[in-house]
Amino acid sequence: MRKIIVCLKQAVDVSQLKVDSTTRQLLIASAPRKMSDFDKNALEEAIKIKEKLGDTEICTMTVSSEDAKAVLREALAMGADRAYLVSDPGLKDVDTSGTAYVLAEATKKIGECSLILCGETSLDSFSGLVGPRLAELLNLPQMTSARKITVEGDTVTVERTLEEAVETMKAKMPALVSITREINQPRIPSLMMIMKASKKEIVAWTASDLNLQKDKIASKIELVEVLAPKTERKKIKITGENPQEIADKLAKALIQEGIIGR
Amino acid sequence: MSEHKGVFVFSEKHDLALEILGKAREIADKLQTELVAVLIGHNLQDKANEIVKCGADKAYLADNQALERFQAEAYLSVLQSLALSCKPEIILIGSTKNGKPLAARLATRLETGVVPDCTKLSIDEQKRLVGDRMTYGGNAVAKVTFKKKPQIATVPARAFEKPEPKNRNGQLVKLDVKIEAPKTEIVETRPLETSNVRIEEAEVIVSCGRGLEKKEDKVMLDELAKALCGQVGCSRPLAEDRKWFSEWVGLSGHKVKPKLYIACGISGVIQHVAGIRDAKVIVAINKDPEAPIFEIADYGIVGNLYEILPALKEAVEKQLQ
Repeated sequence: MRKIIVCLKQAVDVSQLKVDSTTRQLLIASAPRKMSDFDKNALEEAIKIKEKLGDTEICTMTVSSEDAKAVLREALAMGADRAYLVSDPGLKDVDTSGTAYVLAEATKKIGECSLILCGETSLDSFSGLVGPRLAELLNLPQMTSARKITVEGDTVTVERTLEEAVETMKAKMPALVSITREINQPRIPSLMMIMKASKKEIVAWTASDLNLQKDKIASKIELVEVLAPKTERKKIKITGENPQEIADKLAKALIQEGIIGR
Repeated sequence: MSEHKGVFVFSEKHDLALEILGKAREIADKLQTELVAVLIGHNLQDKANEIVKCGADKAYLADNQALERFQAEAYLSVLQSLALSCKPEIILIGSTKNGKPLAARLATRLETGVVPDCTKLSIDEQKRLVGDRMTYGGNAVAKVTFKKKPQIATVPARAFEKPEPKNRNGQLVKLDVKIEAPKTEIVETRPLETSNVRIEEAEVIVSCGRGLEKKEDKVMLDELAKALCGQVGCSRPLAEDRKWFSEWVGLSGHKVKPKLYIACGISGVIQHVAGIRDAKVIVAINKDPEAPIFEIADYGIVGNLYEILPALKEAVEKQLQ
């Protein structure tokens, strides 16, 4: 049977993140979490491959705190077969290198797979480093920014969106592919699927279950500060009797500022 | 840690390498160390000369026909062998679709950290590199530094200005590296199906969001953009969900810094705002007075874009005559 591993991240829902306007601090602790959008596209793509080719098992995994089980439940409801959570107090501050290392060790424990799919980047930190790091650690071919993916026999072919070109690239499996959001529209699980998923097992592993080494988990970067950017916009409301009057006032203001007309 | 020295710069996109060199020169001077450019490709002599004129003290050239096209493992082997023999203190890599994964894999091989997409770079009191990057969907800017060397940061296009070329001397060193065989095969490359205009270079952008009801209504934006000598853009839903455009402005799309950005029927979710934060003036036109776009706009108009846009086009044409 073909096995596809999908890496999921429980991300901060950035659209619901609040900022303390006096200190410019983000209220991260109180912000809701959700499955990172790009990862959801990756999972959807795995399910599509399974629907097309059959004989496929989809394993999802995440490195997170206990409450990330909700994300795994959602993945199971969408159509994943198995779910693995690596959770350990020692993993609280892992950076992309540590996360990739943990995912690599978990992948080895899950066993041989044909394909690893992950989002091109994550909704909250937007780094895009974990996928390539994981490919490197597992010594796999890496194909990033995929907007189309085709599995045939032991070969995977992807279309990658680059800055000025679309590149078609192929590799022998096993391989790692990172997925863009334009690839698909993730399904919304039915109530029936949600009910069924609630009965499935989520396998939980700790650092010692994976024999993780301390020095490899240690963060290699240091966060100095995270602050909301200062916005210094004029916020002038332009009003008038009718659209033409409003438009005239705006055009005049833009010309006076030297923004247009020079 | 102290044995590491030199600031290294690499991008497979030559223009981006030059932009990074300008900033890297400043950093190297501050650290009183050498600025080294790495060039990988084929027929690199002209590029190497330009690299020296733009500030590099030394350029390593991996010049080989097998390196003509970007291939991750091949390029990685060149950078890895250089990093192991030269022990740079800082490696700056162009943050492209190929460059960022390259940086991630290089860092993995060298067991060090990467700070991606830095739009500012500085040196702290302990002489460590500090990178500023947008995070949490554009809600915040993170300042990040390193615990290990080499310190690897990636830098996006247009974060820094390309320096003026000067007549100066630099050392060119040809490399003879054993090139690692690629694990992937490029089957085909074709140009991206875009409008051929680079929206990042536009001085004026008239951009639409979900408030635009029909694809044909784009004409209104085209006409206003034409009157302002600008270009038309859109927010993500119009490109990814409705497929009316092939590209969009925002954190996951193009980050722009025009003189004027006119957001029409765009609600202003944080990911979109992150893509326009550097615009000099932002105008928002929206039916909903509560739309968050008004919070980051210089000029806000609560109204129907179907009435405002034609009127604005007329006003601009009249007043600019």
